[in-house]
Amino acid sequence: MTVTARLEIKSSATETVAGLLRKMIEANMVDALLVPQRLPSGDNVVQSLVRDPDKFNSIDPFAPVMPVTASKLAGKVTKVGAAGRVGLVLRPCELRGFVELVKLQQASTENVITIGIDCLGTYEMTDYAQLVAEGADPTAEAVAAAAKGRVAPHEGYEFRAACQMCEYPAPGLGGGHRPDITIGLVGAEGELLIEARDDLAGTLGLTPANAPAGRAAALEKLVSERTAERDRRFDEFRAQVKGLDGLLDYFSTCIRCHNCMIACPICYCPECIFRTPTFDHTSAQYFNWAERKGAIRLPTDTLIFHLTRLNHMSTSCVGCGMCSSACPNDIPVATAFRAVAQKTQAIYDYVAGRSLKEDVPLATFREDELTALGERPE
Amino acid sequence: MADFEPRIIAFLCNWCTYTGADLAGTSRLQYPPNIRVIRLMCSGALDPVYVAKALLEGADGVLIGGCHPGDCHYQSGNYKARRRVAIMNEILEQMGLEKDRVWLRWISASEGQYFADTVTEMVEAIREMGPNPAKELWAI
Repeated sequence: MTVTARLEIKSSATETVAGLLRKMIEANMVDALLVPQRLPSGDNVVQSLVRDPDKFNSIDPFAPVMPVTASKLAGKVTKVGAAGRVGLVLRPCELRGFVELVKLQQASTENVITIGIDCLGTYEMTDYAQLVAEGADPTAEAVAAAAKGRVAPHEGYEFRAACQMCEYPAPGLGGGHRPDITIGLVGAEGELLIEARDDLAGTLGLTPANAPAGRAAALEKLVSERTAERDRRFDEFRAQVKGLDGLLDYFSTCIRCHNCMIACPICYCPECIFRTPTFDHTSAQYFNWAERKGAIRLPTDTLIFHLTRLNHMSTSCVGCGMCSSACPNDIPVATAFRAVAQKTQAIYDYVAGRSLKEDVPLATFREDELTALGERPE
Repeated sequence: MADFEPRIIAFLCNWCTYTGADLAGTSRLQYPPNIRVIRLMCSGALDPVYVAKALLEGADGVLIGGCHPGDCHYQSGNYKARRRVAIMNEILEQMGLEKDRVWLRWISASEGQYFADTVTEMVEAIREMGPNPAKELWAI
């Protein structure tokens, strides 16, 4: 059962959340919290595991930047059971990634309290740094806009492509997994909306209240805009990649640095085929391929890399877009992978990150499915 | 498209399809010699990377042979293969590759004739499709 409450924002949303998180440690609900912190340089916000309530002064959970997806970090901190009770502050894509990682046995909900926050959009890291250098306060801007139900970037800037097409600005949308505590800003008219499991609500001293009237409508509008943008980008991708040439062109600047794979929360395999000597070919192999085709691109296996990664992880892709952000050559990997993932997940009526109870498609099967596949056509 | 001999890579499971192919051979059944057989212990051991590699290297077709659902020597390998092939087919289609060059067929150890028929059918179908354009593609 959940309790809905509203918290007045006294000095800033960030400080109010800091107060709530500090209370969680002081009330002995958790031993540590995974939460974004502003670095002294001011131009970046990094995740941190905080135990000392005094170290909450520089937290910035609503900062519109995500250098690394916290789902991956939450995995590292909780795998095989956390070493202490931990609260994970996660934006929706990070929560959905965490759900997938739990199912893939790379994270655990044991001793964990999930704290889902509204995502107010994120900039590429360089854009965020530039905004700060120009004297802007991206967090304050984002919070102020969200209070009125708006999630939009600073004038002259854009959010990351993945954010522009993200249909999950708030935790638990689309019937998705709800965190133990939700902290909402969008449409909350300058207050913080808190939804908490009732056992936690008591300890946090929350008084029940109704959800802010404008929030549902604001979220619905945002989701509908984002969904339209998503479909527009998917259509663009599908039109571009209509044959081998289109596919090659899309990945023409890929240098097989594997940054997309390294940044991806779902690509956790230490024994990934691309980390093995499988692709360390002998000189004779290169000469053979060059003989057969007249020439061979080096390094080899560029398309194989993407096709294989799609086959292995698209059914768990949550669309966080870390892949595109990590690409040194700005290849829109996330758009391609999300577009393909939409279809591969649909085969099994599966939505990555939606539920802890749904088995990951590659880890299960049913005897009575896909019955025509493999049979001789009539 | 005349004069083109398709080259088909066949990943066959040891217990069913490979044995069925053996039976076709011992029964002296005639079928086109266009397949290159790679024996796997189970169709469930087939990682899609092998199929992608074959196609991008220029194979005109890829045949995946396994036990009939319910008859897998390892109980459930072919069910997993079926899921993976469904995902792979969708990816090939989305990425503009010709998914009709990849065939999944359940062929049991006793189905020597069916194996010969399948290969015959596949060679003709691939011949119709023409050579795999990836043969010319050096920038893969």
